[in-house]
Amino acid sequence: MAAEQVARPVSSEGGPQTTIETNQQSARGNVVNDFSIQVATVNGSGSQSANLVLLRSIFRMGIPVSGKNLFPSNIAGLPTWYTIRASKDAYIARKKEIDVLIAMNPETWQEDMLSLPPGAVAIYEESANLQQLRGDVACYPVPFDKLTAAVCPEAKLRKLVKNMVYVGIAAHLLKMDMAAVEGALRKQFAKKVKAADLNWAAVQAGYEYASANFTKHDPFVLEPMNETAGKIIIDGNTAAALGCVFAGCTVAMWYPITPSSSLVEGFIDLAKRYRIEESGKSTFAVVQAEDELAAIGAVLGAGWAGARAMTATSGPGISLMAEFAGLGYYAELPGVIFDVQRTGPSTGLPTRNQQCDLLSVAFLSHGDTKHVMLIPGSVKECYEMAQTAFDLAEQLQTPVFVMSDLDLGMNNWMSEPFTYSDKPLNRGKVLSAEDLKRLGGFARYKDVDGDGVGYRTLPGTDHPLAAYFTRGTGHNEKAQYTERPDDYFNNMERLAKKFETARSLVPRPEVVQTGKAKIGVIAFGTSDFATRESRDQLRKEYRLETDYLRIRAYPFTSEIHDFIASHERVYVVEQNRDAQMLSLLKLDVKAEDVVRLRSIRHFNGLPIDARSITDDLVTQEGI
Amino acid sequence: MATPPVTSSAETSKAAPKTNRIGLQVLDYRGGKTTLCAGCGHNAISERIIDAFYEMGIQPERLMKLSGIGCSSKSPAYFMSRAHSFNSVHGRMPSIATGALLANHTMQALGVSGDGDTGSIGMGQFVHMLRRNLPIIYIIEDNGVYGLTKGQFSATADIGSKLKTGVINDLPAIDLCAMAIQLGATFVGRSFSGDKKQLLAMLKAAIAHNGTVVLDVISPCVTFNDHEGSTKSYKYMQEHEEAIAEIGFVPYFQEIDVEYDPGTTIDVKMHDGSHLRLRKLHEGFAPTDRVASVSALMAAHANDEVLTGVFYVDTAKPTFTELLNLVDEPLATLPDARVRPGKAVLEEVMQRLM
Repeated sequence: MAAEQVARPVSSEGGPQTTIETNQQSARGNVVNDFSIQVATVNGSGSQSANLVLLRSIFRMGIPVSGKNLFPSNIAGLPTWYTIRASKDAYIARKKEIDVLIAMNPETWQEDMLSLPPGAVAIYEESANLQQLRGDVACYPVPFDKLTAAVCPEAKLRKLVKNMVYVGIAAHLLKMDMAAVEGALRKQFAKKVKAADLNWAAVQAGYEYASANFTKHDPFVLEPMNETAGKIIIDGNTAAALGCVFAGCTVAMWYPITPSSSLVEGFIDLAKRYRIEESGKSTFAVVQAEDELAAIGAVLGAGWAGARAMTATSGPGISLMAEFAGLGYYAELPGVIFDVQRTGPSTGLPTRNQQCDLLSVAFLSHGDTKHVMLIPGSVKECYEMAQTAFDLAEQLQTPVFVMSDLDLGMNNWMSEPFTYSDKPLNRGKVLSAEDLKRLGGFARYKDVDGDGVGYRTLPGTDHPLAAYFTRGTGHNEKAQYTERPDDYFNNMERLAKKFETARSLVPRPEVVQTGKAKIGVIAFGTSDFATRESRDQLRKEYRLETDYLRIRAYPFTSEIHDFIASHERVYVVEQNRDAQMLSLLKLDVKAEDVVRLRSIRHFNGLPIDARSITDDLVTQEGI
Repeated sequence: MATPPVTSSAETSKAAPKTNRIGLQVLDYRGGKTTLCAGCGHNAISERIIDAFYEMGIQPERLMKLSGIGCSSKSPAYFMSRAHSFNSVHGRMPSIATGALLANHTMQALGVSGDGDTGSIGMGQFVHMLRRNLPIIYIIEDNGVYGLTKGQFSATADIGSKLKTGVINDLPAIDLCAMAIQLGATFVGRSFSGDKKQLLAMLKAAIAHNGTVVLDVISPCVTFNDHEGSTKSYKYMQEHEEAIAEIGFVPYFQEIDVEYDPGTTIDVKMHDGSHLRLRKLHEGFAPTDRVASVSALMAAHANDEVLTGVFYVDTAKPTFTELLNLVDEPLATLPDARVRPGKAVLEEVMQRLM
């Protein structure tokens, strides 16, 4: 459709070839600061430290970098892949093609080798003889065990130290700055000087072996840049935890579930450091619950009693929280729930990424229930939206869900440093004993201000008229039990009005308008990075201009409606099978705008990549 | 506002109204009009709760009333309207109470549940509340049937007991008291809604206790489980109730004027300074010994006796909120400055991440 408005593609070849052609190459034909490294290991082998050293070394060289851990739902023995992408253009989405493979896992190394694009690099254990499989890959076989044994006399440590040998090999082949590598390594091991020395020896052994034995015959090199100064590296769960600490969260109750556990564990670490008073006493309580039902129950109980309370979970926990979520909506109880989404349904792929809980969370529970969702699209927004969520929950007196995902929550991301908010915490409409004395009483669910939000009191308020009866059964303005049709109807209408108030308070979308594009693209959360990169691909390779909108919350604000109405076709990019965000949009936009909406979905468990979006979009455009 | 207090004729004499030690009338402890069946044991329990809090002189505003779902869980609407109340979801009141107490550990909490709400759907949260020794008085209004859904057996119904429809229960009863003692509750007793004196004394001692109090109160369902063949009927209880000890209670604000005989009576000093006096009626009664307490319950069960009384007390074990080492004030209302670290802290964290 509308093919006449679209330019001819620059290259008709998809995949890796295109990538290499569009790489900016230096005079020597090198690919500088624009490639991905994949380390294939066995989980439980301790490769995480080595991978983080690689990542941080590149960061220290001033080169924009991102890392993704593709790990199994297992503690030891199954294949794990860690992907690092260096990108001079600061693209941080997953790159589909692997340029440099470090194959450390005998179980997968044949398959890993065979999946490489032509012209890639492979570093592997010498005895694997992987060079036999591919004549079109630059091969660097390494006697890992021999090199490791030479620097690590203690046999039981060799499994761990071996990983640092590949850091040294890669450092030499990719021309990394060894001062940056040593700095990253020493930071990684912090005060453990002996461990740092041992690991550094292994890095050096790898480096020396490579310099003595290899003649570089591939184009991939790293050159120092100045793009990371003043930036931080953090994962989304820790960022959200930090947000909770600065939001004045006082109660957390949780049940461990991947990929959300590190959010609460991060909160515990930070709160122990920054939220214990001189007396030695805590200004927070964290409780590990018996299940997610108890976790959400405690959050709502604490919210009812006036605390800023949160829990963190993932899909299966969300399902268990359904009944309480309805109580929270109907009895109007504040609380913050972080949903770090993973691949469902059921247990699904518990260590893989998806944006798949939007529909279930938006309407979580039975009856006419709808919830406010905040959707962070970066680690910085994990931090900021954690704070916004507590304000909104108390302002609106309702549960607020923060929809993160595994990719954002568990992977390390580069970011601008976070900014401090000194705006007072918004604790919402709470009446004190003095207020009650002045007012002579109150009605808990009366819409005094016309925004659908009533005034509440907290247990312990010292006034004979402070108490009211909180219930999930039908209630009137005075919180009294009722089954009267008009009471029920009016209360539900008021709750609907409150949701409209939420629409005016939630974070507004980010909009990138060129003013000329007929095609709009909508994305959210971790689909943002790949979508931005895809828009550049569309512009460069197909001369196709697009406008862009990134959704940051539900209910949808007016900008979202306007954006859809002002474009001929709008592609909604998301990581689930059923086009869940598109479905929510269809319910919300005007009937005549529904036909503008198109869907681009990615749902194989891996984080979405730009090439997949570009290919899908041009196909749908008939280019 | 909650339903207006209801007064009974006994309290409305013209003379100066009787007040408790904090100057409140019993009227100030009343709740809305009950909607439970006439003669329901739960109403008698609500009356005793009113008496106990009135006599102990507890400020109603310092109490949080919590409940699950069922006939029992409706009853917090029928006492102490001046206390904040939360009628939550089926079997999940312990988690609401846990959160509320974390938010404000300076409050007292009273949970009202039933045998279905606790022993079946709520078993998971019940056992973890016990294990934590959450400071709450948890009352199970136990009638052996689901009343609101018209008379199905619950998990505390005795084996061999009979429904109105003639259905015989062929599964053993769960003894919630034995379970509570085993899993960590620090004050465990059983009473009967028809035994005013014992229940009142037990409730007052419960108010004086700091930790999880489990009171399993047999409370006959006049509509669905008060017939021949029921083991939770008024008649059955009158014939089979067997008190393990006679309960005396001296609140901390009263002079102790009666001596007791250490040979026959056990004196327990409660958290608030009150004294619980237990005069032994059974050989081997040892309310500080978990094994002996559970064993007494099992023996009574084998003899078709419904053992009542305070079975177990531990006044030393720290409560859950104490274990958390919280600041003295309620977490819920700490000022911003105490819950939000300063700008320098954020900068320090950012530096570490660079």
